[in-house]
Amino acid sequence: MLIIGEKLSIIAKRVREAMMNKDKGPIQEIAIAQANAGAGVIDANIGPAEDGGEELMQWMVTTIQDVVQLPVCLDTTNFNAIEAGLQVHNNDWGRPMINSTSNDPERFPILELGVKYNAQVIGLTVGKGGLPADAEERCAIAAEIMGRAMEYGLPLEDLYLDPLVLQIATSQDHARHVIEAVSMFQSMNEPPMKTIVGLSNVSNGCPKHLRPILNKHFFVLLENAGLTCAIADAKEMAEVGHDRQMILDVLAGKEIEDKAKMTEIKKTLDVIMGRTLYAHSYLEM
Amino acid sequence: MSYVAPKETYSGTVYPVTIGTGGKSVTIGGENALQFHSFEGTMPNRPLVAYEIQDVPPEDWPENVKKVFDGVSDCPVKWAKYCQDELKARAIALRLIGTHPDREDRSAEDAAKTVRDVLAAIDVPLIIMGSNHAEKDASVLVAAAEAAKDRNCLIGKAQEANYKTIVAAAMANDHKLIALSELDINLSKQLNILITQMGFDKERIITDPMSSALGYGLEYSYSVTERIRLAALTQNDQIMQQPILCDIGMYVWKVKETHAAESDQPQWGPAEERGILWEAESATAMLMAGAEMLIMRHPKAVAAVEALIDELV
Repeated sequence: MLIIGEKLSIIAKRVREAMMNKDKGPIQEIAIAQANAGAGVIDANIGPAEDGGEELMQWMVTTIQDVVQLPVCLDTTNFNAIEAGLQVHNNDWGRPMINSTSNDPERFPILELGVKYNAQVIGLTVGKGGLPADAEERCAIAAEIMGRAMEYGLPLEDLYLDPLVLQIATSQDHARHVIEAVSMFQSMNEPPMKTIVGLSNVSNGCPKHLRPILNKHFFVLLENAGLTCAIADAKEMAEVGHDRQMILDVLAGKEIEDKAKMTEIKKTLDVIMGRTLYAHSYLEM
Repeated sequence: MSYVAPKETYSGTVYPVTIGTGGKSVTIGGENALQFHSFEGTMPNRPLVAYEIQDVPPEDWPENVKKVFDGVSDCPVKWAKYCQDELKARAIALRLIGTHPDREDRSAEDAAKTVRDVLAAIDVPLIIMGSNHAEKDASVLVAAAEAAKDRNCLIGKAQEANYKTIVAAAMANDHKLIALSELDINLSKQLNILITQMGFDKERIITDPMSSALGYGLEYSYSVTERIRLAALTQNDQIMQQPILCDIGMYVWKVKETHAAESDQPQWGPAEERGILWEAESATAMLMAGAEMLIMRHPKAVAAVEALIDELV
């Protein structure tokens, strides 16, 4: 699976300060660490970036690509900032990605940028209205986005469908809807549609010690459902290794040797699959 | 082909919880199906309606409900006895609202005396509630719990911010406990886990998911209550199988529909009847959602709800 290293986000204080001060050190350090941990793309999330977004995105792209030979995922709602970033992106190290278009008319022009700059585009399955209620609604929106991509001339192979991961602490049912949507998206085209998630949002708002546990389990379930790509912490995902088989075994109803681990996996799968209510202390019960 | 009514099967049961002592003690909960679904399971105990009284005169209650208690509401003991003897209350809910720092700021000792005096005058179960000021409640409810020792009362409300002292007081004095969370099913579960981690039995908790009046977010309370009950019955979630309390009167008699005079809102009809209906309707909705215990104010609204329960059980 392709990992887009997610750590360069304006939401993180250290990254935000580095962006504001144009301090390359922390940005490059994180980009290198993500690349070394196995990221195939580096996410550059500069937020809405209403002022100076173009310059900031160009600085991010060049700062990252100065030290890692990888493409960048341009993550902002600012159209001009994305275009500016694409203009300086070094495509020799892979095609850039754009995060994101959606079913909101304001986000349609993003598709033009994908075509013009030979970039891959993430299609977030939300519209102008509320959030999708379940996997079926996500598919209905995905179909709209696919139709529009073809209209704009973006090949469907260059479109990644994103079912929108929500917080398990407040929107528990969506965790399994997202897994189901990832399966269903693939059957919407031949060859199968590519899929992507912003993984760690699932554990946003959960106690710190729970976050890697929830992220890793959710990752394995999504991988099992055929996910193509995850925006995630590459270091955390690299640690999934040995756990993957244990999680899959428990999922298949098998016993595993490590009983404590088995309990942790069972409880976490129950929470993600909506078989028991989430609570911050669900592992302690 | 003959029609066969579809039936749900449930894997869980609501804990039966008893409050009070002696012949007048009351048990709620114990059902293994949704409320009133006696065609799908058993519902051994009738939902309980408790009359709300206060430690201080109800100056903030609207006239149409305040006047019902004229002559008794100046003294919590008289008020409690009136509810028990005249209104045939099956339980009394004493709200120590006068302890709130923004109200009379009564001391924990004063509150404890009120509790002792009321308990000496009644033999139906007593529910003891603080003023919902997390910090003050911690001290008030500790004193109240001691004053009520051996009477198997229901005390609360324990919230995330103050549960430790209140749980300890309930445990030391053998009371049942109200656990309040604010319209959040996941935090409701979390609070139950935290309380039981202190060694308090989960079978001694009553859950208050927070109520709201009709027109003011009742649907949120309804939905959270229903989902808690479904977790108990369909997921057999052992930490979510407590009976549910709906403290509805205090919310209903705050909204303008129960206050506005007919002269100001002629299209709304007679004010007194309107207020009674508002309370009865809100309470009924919460019964349908799954509440086993209601705290109410107006005797006519209580009578309407009791009549409905008569028909449904």
